[in-house]
This record gives sequence, C-alpha cells and structure tokens, in this order.
Amino acid sequence: MSEQRFRLAQGGRIDRERPLRFTFNGAELTGYAGDTLASALLANGVRLIGRSFKYHRPRGIFAEGVEEPNALVQLGQGASGEPNARATQVELYEGLVAQSQNCWPSVDFDIGAINNRLSFLLPAGFYYKTFMWPKKWWMKYERFIRRAAGLGRAPTGPDPDIYDKRFAHCDVLVIGGGAAGLMAAQAAAKAGARVIIADDRPEPGGRLTGTRTIIDEAPATEWVDRTVADLDDAPEVLRLQRTTALGYYDHNFLTLLERLGDHLPSSARSGDRQIRQRLWKVRAKQVVLATGAHERPLVFRNNDKPGVMLAGAAQAYSNRYAVRPGSGAAVVFTNNDSGWESAIDLADIAGMRVTLVDVRSELSNPRRTLLRRHGIELLAGHAITDVHGNKSVKKVSVAALDDAASGYSGRHRKISCDLVCSSGGWNPAVHLFSQSGGKLSFDDQRGIFIPFESKQPQFCVGACSGTLELGAAILEAREAGKAAAAACGFKKRASAGALPEIEQSEQTPIRLLWSTPSGSGGRARSKHFVDLQNDVTVADVELAAREGYRSVEHLKRYTTTGMGTDQGKTSNVNALALLSQTLDSDIALTGTTTFRPPFVPATFGALAGREVGALSDPIRTTPMHEWHVEKGAVFEDVGQWKRPRYYPLADESMKDAVDRECLAVREAVGILDATTLGKIDIQGRDAAEFLERIYTNNWKKLGIGRGRYGLMCTEDGMVFDDGVTLRLGERHFLMHTTTSNAARVLAWLEEWRQTEWPDLEVYFTSLTEQLATASISGPLARPLLADLAPDIDLDPKAFPFMHWREGKVAEIPARIARISFTGESSFEISTPAGFGRSLWEALIQQGRKYGLTPYGTEAMHVLRAERGFIIVGQETDGTVTPIDIGMASMVSKTKDFIGKRSLSRTDTAREDRKQLVGLLTQSPTEVLPEGAQIVDREGPLPMPMIGHVSSSYYSANLKRSIALALVRAGRSRHGESVVVPLEGRNVSALITAPEFLDPEGSRARS
Amino acid sequence: MRYSILSLLGNALRSHRRWPAAWRNPQPKEAYDVVIVGGGGHGLATAYYLAAEHGIKRVAVLEKGWIGGGNTGRNTTIIRSNYLQDQSAHLYEHSLRLYENLSSTLNFNIMLSQRGVLNLAHNEHDLRELSRRVHAIRLNGIDSQILTPDQIKAMVPIINTSPDVRYPVLGASLQRRGGVARHDAVAWGFARAADALGVDIIQNCEVTGIRRGDEGVEGVETTRGYIQANKVGVVVAGHASVLAQMAGFRLPVESHALQALVSEPIKPIHDTVVMSNAVHVYVSQSDKGELVIGAGIDGYNSYAQRGSFRVIEEQMGALLELFPIFSRLKMLRHWAGIVDICPDASPIISKTPVRHLYFNCGWGTGGFKATPGSGHVFAHTIARDEPHPLNAAFNLDRFTGGALVDEHGAAAVAH
Repeated sequence: MSEQRFRLAQGGRIDRERPLRFTFNGAELTGYAGDTLASALLANGVRLIGRSFKYHRPRGIFAEGVEEPNALVQLGQGASGEPNARATQVELYEGLVAQSQNCWPSVDFDIGAINNRLSFLLPAGFYYKTFMWPKKWWMKYERFIRRAAGLGRAPTGPDPDIYDKRFAHCDVLVIGGGAAGLMAAQAAAKAGARVIIADDRPEPGGRLTGTRTIIDEAPATEWVDRTVADLDDAPEVLRLQRTTALGYYDHNFLTLLERLGDHLPSSARSGDRQIRQRLWKVRAKQVVLATGAHERPLVFRNNDKPGVMLAGAAQAYSNRYAVRPGSGAAVVFTNNDSGWESAIDLADIAGMRVTLVDVRSELSNPRRTLLRRHGIELLAGHAITDVHGNKSVKKVSVAALDDAASGYSGRHRKISCDLVCSSGGWNPAVHLFSQSGGKLSFDDQRGIFIPFESKQPQFCVGACSGTLELGAAILEAREAGKAAAAACGFKKRASAGALPEIEQSEQTPIRLLWSTPSGSGGRARSKHFVDLQNDVTVADVELAAREGYRSVEHLKRYTTTGMGTDQGKTSNVNALALLSQTLDSDIALTGTTTFRPPFVPATFGALAGREVGALSDPIRTTPMHEWHVEKGAVFEDVGQWKRPRYYPLADESMKDAVDRECLAVREAVGILDATTLGKIDIQGRDAAEFLERIYTNNWKKLGIGRGRYGLMCTEDGMVFDDGVTLRLGERHFLMHTTTSNAARVLAWLEEWRQTEWPDLEVYFTSLTEQLATASISGPLARPLLADLAPDIDLDPKAFPFMHWREGKVAEIPARIARISFTGESSFEISTPAGFGRSLWEALIQQGRKYGLTPYGTEAMHVLRAERGFIIVGQETDGTVTPIDIGMASMVSKTKDFIGKRSLSRTDTAREDRKQLVGLLTQSPTEVLPEGAQIVDREGPLPMPMIGHVSSSYYSANLKRSIALALVRAGRSRHGESVVVPLEGRNVSALITAPEFLDPEGSRARS
Repeated sequence: MRYSILSLLGNALRSHRRWPAAWRNPQPKEAYDVVIVGGGGHGLATAYYLAAEHGIKRVAVLEKGWIGGGNTGRNTTIIRSNYLQDQSAHLYEHSLRLYENLSSTLNFNIMLSQRGVLNLAHNEHDLRELSRRVHAIRLNGIDSQILTPDQIKAMVPIINTSPDVRYPVLGASLQRRGGVARHDAVAWGFARAADALGVDIIQNCEVTGIRRGDEGVEGVETTRGYIQANKVGVVVAGHASVLAQMAGFRLPVESHALQALVSEPIKPIHDTVVMSNAVHVYVSQSDKGELVIGAGIDGYNSYAQRGSFRVIEEQMGALLELFPIFSRLKMLRHWAGIVDICPDASPIISKTPVRHLYFNCGWGTGGFKATPGSGHVFAHTIARDEPHPLNAAFNLDRFTGGALVDEHGAAAVAH
C-alpha cells in the first residue's frame, strides 16, 4: 500500500475516514471514499493511464467528468469486466481492479507506439490510399489493422448482473443537478409541479463542488445542501443521482440511465438480485435542460501528453478531491477568464507554482494585481508553442503571439512544469437540446453554439443555454422552473424565495484561438491534437479540407474526429472551427454534425433490461402443456407457441415416433393438441358480408351449425391464410387461422374493417387463449367420442362432415366440429381453456381401449401431406395464388373479394405459373430435403430452376417417401420426370397429383 | 494523382500538403447530357459507369446535402448475394463481383472484407426457408452452404448455440464471399473516379422540380437554378416518392425509418457477419473495433431520420440472446436512415411514364450491397434507353402486371 503523495492535507469532499484499496495495472494503491478512479490515480501520482487509438501515444487524465477523451480503462475482469470505462466517472470502491487498454505488453512499453514513429505516413484517411496491392492481400493487411484498432476487451462470459427498466411520467423533468438545475427544480416544485431531477454525478452541485464559488457569503456547497434538502422534503420531487440522460426523443420522451451498483464493491453487488443499472423512460410535460457546459481545450503542439489537462478539471481535482494534479509547477494556458480562476485555485489550494499564459494581451491592471497577489506569473499575449517530455510533461515552450495570432514574435522561452492546463472557453452542452430537434445558433463573440429554437416543450438554462455567469444562470433557471410549472397548469404564485446573492467579478472577453500557429518554418500542425481519443490533428483537418471533404460530416468521417467514445465532447467545436478557418467560411454555415443519442455510451444490458433469456419473448403454452411435458414430448417453436413435435417412447428415434403416430391415426385414433390454432370470434350485423369480402369463396349462404374451409388473399391475390370458419349464429362466426399467423390475421381484419369498410358492423375478438382444443382423428375417433358424449348423435347422417354441435364430453361443456386436417374422420373438441386438461385426460383415459395415440406437429404434417393439404407458409410463400395450389374451385367468379382483381393480371393469370404437385422419388426410401430445387435436366451452373420441394416426408402409411412441390406448369406435367440436384448427386423424381391418399376425401366424411 | 504506397510516401515527405482534392467543387453548368439526382453511392456509381462505360461525359450528380450522406453513410455495410429469386441473385451477384475488384477499379481502398455472412435459423420454418435459398443460390452458381449449430459455434465461438435459449440456433446459411466494406469509401471512391472522368459532382444543390415537355424530360429546377438535361436519372432512396410526385406519377414504395447502432470500439472478437431474421438483429465488427448492429424497421411511414427507441430495446434483447457476452458493452451511437420499400421487397431500376426520366429506388433495407451493380445497370438503362438484361425484371410495370420478384424472405429484416 502506497501513500497518496499528491493528496492535499485538507479539504475536498472525500471521506478520509474511509480509505479504499484498489489496483491499477497490478499496483496496489489507496484512495478515499468520494474519489473517482481518476482522482485516486492522480493522488497516487499515476499519470500514464493508457494509449491513444491510432498512434498509441501515451495519455493521461485530461478531464474530470463525462467529457474525458483519454483516461479509458479496462475495469474488472472476466465476465464482469467492462472495457472503455472513463476513469473520471468511475467511483472508487474497495477492491476495484483497473488496467490500461490498447497497449502491449504494457502501458509503459507499448509495441503499438511504432505507429507514432510512422505517423508521418499515416495521416487522416491514409488507408483509403494504400493496402491495394497486391489485391489479394487486403485481408492480410486488415488483420493487422483490426488488431491495432479497438480499445478495451469484451467480457469473457455472460453478464452476471441484471438490469431494470422503469417508466415514469412527470410535469417537469430537469436534466442536470448543478446550480441551474437545482434552482429550476426548486422553482417548479414550489409551484406544485411533479418534478424529476436527474444528475449524472454521485452528489448534486455540478461545478459548484469543484470550485470555491461563494453564494450568500458562504461556500456555494452550503446553498446546494439547503436547496437539495428543500427538494428532498417536497413530496412530488424525485431526485435521481448517478443518472445520466441518454436520449431526447419526440414528444418529450427521454431515456435516463441510473447507475445503481457500479459504485459498490463486488461483495455488495453479487448479492440477491442486485440491479446494476436501471433505464428510466420518462415522458415529461416540460423539460428543463440544465446540462451545463464542457470546457474546450486549446489546441497546441503536443497538447496530448500525460500532464496536459483541462484547467477546470485541474481546479476540480484540487477542490473536490483534494488532489494536487501536478508535483510543483503548473502552466495554465487560457484565452478566457475561467483559466484565471483555475490558476488561482491551483496556486492557493494545490499550492502549486503557477505561470498563467494568456493569449489576451489587453488585461486590466487590477486583474494583473490580483494574480500577483496569488503569486502567479502572467505571460499576457503569449501562447504555448510546444510541450516537452515523453510519458509525462517536463517543460513547455512559450512565446509571444503576433497581433493576428498567426505567428510568434520574440524568443521562445522554456518553463519547467509537469502540469499544463488549458482553457479555450466553455461549450454549452447542447447535445440533448439538439437531439430534441432544437436549432443552434453560433455566437461569434464567444465562439459557442447556443440553443436558438426549440422544437419541443422545453427550456434551456444556465451554461447549457450559454449563460455562463452564475448569478444570471440561477435567475434564468428560476424563471424557467416557474414557467415550466405554469405551462403544466401550476400557476399559483408561490413565494419563490430570495435569489441567492452572488459576487460579480470583472470580466475580460474571450479571445478566440482555435489552434496556436505552427511557428517558424510553417511546419504542418501534425502534433496539434484536436481529437485526442482518435488522434486527429490540425494537419488532418487541413488535409481533409484540401482533399475536398468540406462538409463537417465528411470531415468527421474522413478524419474520424468526434467518433470516439467521447463523441467529440472536447473536440467537435474546435474541429469544425478549424475546418471553417481552413475553408475561409463561416462557422455558423459549417454547422455541427448531427447530435445522436446516447449522450454517453449506454450499457447494452440496460437497454435490453429484463427482456433477455426466457423473457426475451413471451412463451405461449396450452392448458395441456404440462401433460405433454410429463409424457416426454419434444417441442418445437411455432411463433411464440411451444407445440409438441412428437412423443418419443423410451429410446425411440424421431422417425420411429413419427411413423408410429402416423400409423395410429390411419389405423386407430390419434389425438392432437390443436389449441394453438388462431380463433377469432366474429360478430355483428355484417359478419357474413365481411367474410364474403375477406375470403375467396362464398359465405352468405352457409347455414348455422355448419363450417366451411376458407382461403384469404392479400391485395395482390396471393394466399395469406386459410382455415375453417364455423357459423355459430345469424350474425356470429368463429374463424380458425393458422397458428403463427393468428395475430396478423386479426390485425388484417381490423385494418380492413376500420380503414376501408367502416360502414360494416362487425366485431372481432381473439379467443385463441380462451379455448382449448383437442382433435381426435382416425377410424376409431367416433366410437371413442361416443363413449364420452352419449347425448350427442354422432351418426354421420345426423352430424355430417363440416358441421359442429354443442354438448357435453366427459361432462365438460364442449363444441365439437367435424374438421379434418389428416384426411381421417376427425372431431375437434373445444372447451373453455380451464377445462382443457380435464378434457384431454378424459379422452386419453377413455382412448386406451381404442389405442388412442397422442401425435405431434410432425405427424400432423406428414398426414396432411399424404392427403395433399397445404400449409400456408410452407406450400405458399406470398407468391402463390389459390389457383396455383389447385383451389380454383374455392375462388368465386361472382362476388368481389380482396385480391380478386390481382388474379386477372397478366402475370397472375399465366398458365405456366408454379403449381402444386406431388413428387415421388424413384427410390421409395429417398426423402428429398425440403427446399431442394427442381430442374428439368442437369446441366452446367447456373442451372435454370423450375420449382422447389415444399414438403417432404417418409410416409409410414404409404411405405415410401412423398413430397409436395411447386413446379412451373406442374399441373399439366403429371407423369413427367424431373431432376432434383443435391450437393454431389442428382435425384430423379416423378411429378404426380398432390393427393397421395384418398383423393376423394371419403375417409374424412365417413 | 494515383493513390498508392508510393504516392503516400512521396506526399509524406511534403507533409501531405500536395494532395489534390479527391473531387472538384464545380458550379452547375447550364446543361448536361445526363443529370443524376442523388449523390449517394448508387447515384455516384451510375455517373461513374455512364462516363466510364458509355462515354457520356457531360454528366452531373446533384446532391441536396453532402455526397454519401443518406443511406450510403447510414447502413450496416453488409455485402452479400444470397438471394432466393433468380433475378435478384444475378443482380446482387453482379454487384458482388464488381465489388471484388472495386478498390482497384476506383483506385480507392473501399476495404471490402469478405469475412463471410451467416444467416441464422431459429425454427423448423427458418430451416426450410434457408435450405430452399441455399439450394437455389448454389444452382445459380453462387457460393452458399448450410452450417449445423456445431459448425456455427466453431466459426463464431462467442455465439450462444445452447438449446436452452428462447429461440435456439438450429442452423445457418453461410456465404463465404459475403462480408462488409467501408461505406463512406464506396461513395468517395466513385465520386473521385467519376470526377476524374469529368463528371460534375454538385453538393448542396436540391432538386425542387422536374421540367417536362412533349418529348419527355427537359431538365430540373434546383436551389441553384434551372439545369437543362437530355436525360434525368433519379436515385434518392427514401425520397423517391417525393421526386416521382414532382414528375407527375406515383411509385409503389413506402418510406420507413431503419435504425442502426454501433458499440464502443473493442479489440477484435467477432470476425464474421451474423444475421438473424427471426429475432431481428444483425451484427458485424468494423475494422475500427465497433460492433455494427442493425434491427427491424419502424412500422410507420416517415421521412424523419430517427426511429423509435422501442426498436433499439428489442434489438438489444435479440442481440444479447445470441451474444450474451456483449451485455456489458456500450452503445455509442444510434441513428436511422429512410428506406423505400416496394411491395415485393425488390428494387425498381426502370424507365418511367416520362420519357428519358429513369428511376432507381426501392432498395429497402439492402441497397448498399447493390451499389456498384445498381449503378452499372442503371447507367446502361439510361445510356441505351432500355434495361440491361440484369434489371429487366425490376421494372415499374411489374406492379401492374403482377410479375413481382418477391424477396421478403431474403431481406435482413421483416418488411
């Protein structure tokens, strides 16, 4: 355990009573509760954190929050590891393990740093210009490129953590818990609004906790504490810390990510269902954006070395974490007043020897005196010309800028230091505002983009709206909070309380400087870094502009600026300003790239929430499901349903089981769980008329007590679904659909009813889940049912095929329909779902003496194929008409129906369309693969195909293989021979009629 | 200047200050032989092939924003030709073959990476469809094979092939020649090569009207003035129906938002392209290290290049079912493009009711892979005023005659 050499003796918001141990690159270190990993590393004097993306240059901690481009670490290990964690946002916990990324063998000695030596060869977009010879080698080159790229490593196993989601609604959603956010939330809450305030830090206060700001003549944090206490007392305020707003979507819908477990030691995390992160989906009437601003670095030569930091960050490390960010001497490089504040804090709080290099030369005497009082040397009108040192800063060179800031005058002077801070001004954090559709305007004076025109009910307050001065920000926030509440209907005049008092100080305007000049000789600014994470330099921006990548989006894509994990929070404005400068155009016209969600990278797991594993999609089971499980059924997924595919006995193979089940149905009786078929109850005055329009055949004259098979088509005349519909009453039908199409059919019916035929009075209700259905099928089905339903006359004359009856089966109320998909005499028995299993078991018990055999979907498929019945989605694929499948007789010539017109189009009316046929292989044991293609004769590739095998099985009843196929002009080719080319061999087959068994259908009628 | 390692070395010695512009920034001329509306990959490719193969030099590409800024720069960069129907298989295969030589044709490295594309099957129906497609593709002379779950696991070790997941992986088709390419580079490469042949690429020039006379099209009104044209080719993806309206006819296309996202960059972990139609997700890893992930379309019609968050959530659920180890990775950015979808999920590359006005649209969710092929046959259609054999089937008349090229099953996402 090492001492914290850079920890200040006092101050900070850390808890010195709670030391925490952690390791970085294997070294055991200590920090305090309240530290971030970054502040703890700085406290221990660790400067070199990682390597940059492209050139593998040594990098340190650059910022103190969400905007950090450099200090990305591999956090944790194994399955619970996390790549690319921002050290500035990782809260320290006991036992934290972190490592440098993108370096090998170590961060100190990284082979990849060869790229830095070769960087003169690797400017922006170099890869578009080379690696093209020899042509075949690109994949080899690419392997090296891929290895060099990427940052951290993916976890090695499934995520042990769980994630949560929550919906919330509120009147006013405030994003940001800094001074402006707190004030706005308080004002809205006082007016009576329901408020949610989300802040991404562990504690509220924003930048106030990182400075020595005075409010009401006391440290600002006291005002923060009072305001927070006020909010926490308010009954309708929800305050979320560690919660980052990710996205701002239409209709004031925002996503927030709350980190619940990331700051806890692993012992506290692996507990009982501890949630790691929670995604909030918030719909707010009004949104107040108080997202603050991000400090903009100045761009100068070698401004990326470990020890170069944002001035505000260095200041925050001193104040919030009581860390001295350098060992003794610091150079603060600024073009605006906030650099002064940082310099003074570094001198006073961190006790550093500070030189302030200000590009502005016109500075008032009182201000110069102020600096002297703090022992700070001022170099006005100067700039840093270079930074020296390899893995950490050793010295900087400074020189006086000429008037146009296009070169230097006088001699260069070297200053020893190991901390270089820079401030180029503050960019309002307009990300969420822009995501919401808001338009920005460019403030030429201050060089910032500010919110200009809102597209959604929202307010921007404080630094986020360009109001950088604290007093004005608080006033603006209070007014916005009141106005937001008022817009939600809370207009009572609550006492808003006195405005806090804030000391005004003298201001000197910013002097914009997008990059320091290159100096004598006009060297390319190829070490002036704009985007630190992706190693984009001023020279790269100039190169892109020169090569014609003039749009800011082209700049981004060509140079990769702003495409890192920080999404350019510190680099974008500098980059586009430099582009404008190079093209000699207006920054406002250049514009920004599109701001896209999320504001910070968001964990995949949190976006998926609980909808993984078994909950990734609902599992639908029938009331008889457990019985199938008990009997060892093998299931298949059909849509969301689990359906028994077959019921193997002991060591039976699938083929043996299916053969046995098929034989049982034809020879005795089988039972199928048919519950999953879609069932739609259709009622209303115009129910029959509606069906008349939906189905291709006639429905009006169907008698009550009867059922009819129907086909429905889409507008283009292609088969969409099929099934039997029963007429239950004059105005009442029950439609059956295919299992996986049920929801689509219901939506289809509703769409036509609601959008095309609103004049029809007809209503649809899904009954799929409400009814359980057992289908018994086979020559012994009737005697079996007769045993259980003595009150129903089952004689074929009294109860013919395609009729239904109601009655009791085994004392259970049931509707019985004589519908057959197997081609055997069948009874589909439906009962309210709650009776499903009782009915099933009664049938099973009574069925023993008849050899009743449960059969699954596979046997069902074989049985129907023997009979030549189609399955929608197997024999049809959206390109097959009723005529193609041999059902021309089902298509009414007299009435109109959906798809009718399309059937007479030139292509649909062709005689030689693909048509349904049977296919018999020469060898009775050869079962063709489903999906195999059919050709007239074998030949060289490409081989003209005339059709494909849609269904193919071994039929135990027919003692041979059978197949259904769609073949061009197939109906006129019965008896002809075709070839099915398989991998490595060809199989010849004979075209037949699709009905292999009982073509007249007498068995089903018997 | 020819791009090569030598020119890179030479320029490095001059601090890269002598690189010429990849394309000029010309003012629009008064008149052109052919005006291409839309500076995406397809439009730029069309202009390139018009100049390179048909000798038409007075060509302009008009782009309302910046070239490659539409779906060319928004897609998930997947290239494959594993289509079911003969007409599509031949068209996409033509495109893939052009892709295979495109870096050298254009002298611009488009980084075609033929790392293999897997389409997963999660139920018996999927397997049957996969088998049908693989058989058809093979007989069309295109590489394709079926993989068992064990073979999938061997190729993509991080995929979850456990039978216990909600929708287990039961098999896959593999096209080894499929892969990914750098999407921006395709647009830029075509732009540079077309520019070198004299094509004017005019950005920030929006077409606001199409002028027609008795003889057909006469020119286009733009935000930069009227431009006369003997022939006009329109290739504007999501906004095709808007341009068709300007020309006085309607297209059978619907515009929908299609979303995609990338993760933060990580070291190589996923070396192929995996697509799953059933659970609606597809994923590859870019050379930069980002996982590039796509999902299904938003159900409603829209021209706004953003989609609903719900789709992202569903896509993540599906992704983590297939790749549980991705759970702790982070989404860096999500966005949407507007896709134009025809009733049969196949494109339109066709003459139109207006003489000398040609439309190339309806690529739906899969246009990137077709870029060079589409440009090649569209250039032929414009230059000869008749379709190339490869795009004859993709005419506008098919929607009245019914000869659709149904590819719903071949699209990466359900339409």
